[in-house]
Amino acid sequence: MDVVEFFRENCSTGGVTMQFEKKLERQTLLLRLKGDLDLRTADSLRVAIDTEIDKRGVRTVILNLQDVQFIDSSGLGVLLGRYKKLLPLGGKLKITNVPTHIFKIMELSGLPKIINFYPDETLASEEGRGA
Amino acid sequence: MKSNQLTLKFTSLAENVSIARMLIASVAAQLDLSLNDIEELKVVVSEAVSNAIIHGYHNEPGHIVHLTLDIDPEALKITVKDNGCGIPDIEQALQPAYSTDPERMGLGFVFMQSFMDDLQVESVVNNGTTVTMVKFLDRTKPSSH
Ligand SMILES: Nc1ncnc2c1ncn2[C@@H]1O[C@H](COP(=O)(O)OP(=O)(O)OP(=O)(O)O)[C@@H](O)[C@H]1O
Ligand SMILES: [Mg+2]
Repeated sequence: MDVVEFFRENCSTGGVTMQFEKKLERQTLLLRLKGDLDLRTADSLRVAIDTEIDKRGVRTVILNLQDVQFIDSSGLGVLLGRYKKLLPLGGKLKITNVPTHIFKIMELSGLPKIINFYPDETLASEEGRGA
Repeated sequence: MKSNQLTLKFTSLAENVSIARMLIASVAAQLDLSLNDIEELKVVVSEAVSNAIIHGYHNEPGHIVHLTLDIDPEALKITVKDNGCGIPDIEQALQPAYSTDPERMGLGFVFMQSFMDDLQVESVVNNGTTVTMVKFLDRTKPSSH
């Protein structure tokens, strides 16, 4: 991995609601998310991913959700939106390490039928590489 | 169990959504609900409160959202009220995947309907929306000590 960045977001009322750990390797962006994925944080996640797609030509986005505590429709909308943005570019969105309680919410949205889920980052980055 | 009521009145800011979730989670924990039920209650409160901010108040800060929790031995009632733009066609708004925002999935009411035992939506255009959700509490369960 070439670039490692840590981005911590604080809100004016106090608590940190979400944190990203970001790694970029060629056209692959790996984001490890920590915290709540809701109305408060969805926008910054969308911007973080779209910037890499638009400015750095990222075509594979891997999202590790291991430390996500909560997700609702605002978060799910951002995930589906990134899938839809990458599709016409020939890109891919991959989701890994989804905690059970988060997966239950995702299932009702139908997202796992559309987006590819993987048990871990290694399996996600190997798949489709044709190595 | 005694009846109980809590009201949280807050400004239409996105950071208040997680505070609303914290309130329902604390109340649900006192009611001895399962972890799964608590997760679902956090989702429905998040959805209703987010809708008030996003749709009711068009993401403008400075408006007021009311969250009321009514607890009695039989049921937990959650009421989320805004004085925003209102919903012209409630039946259409309740359709799965219906959204007036092309970036959104129209999932909020789907979650509220799936996770709660009853959902009522009252709305007057230019006057506001009140969403009332009920979860029945299982009284047959032996109480823990
Ligand atoms: N409090 C409200 N005030 C005004 N309109 C509302 C309110 N709540 C819901 N609506 C309307 O009902 C529609 C459906 O709401 P729902 O929560 O199901 O989907 P959404 O918010 O559009 O998308 P998602 O919840 O998936 O982000 C909204 O698009 C909006 O037009
Ligand atoms: Mg909604």
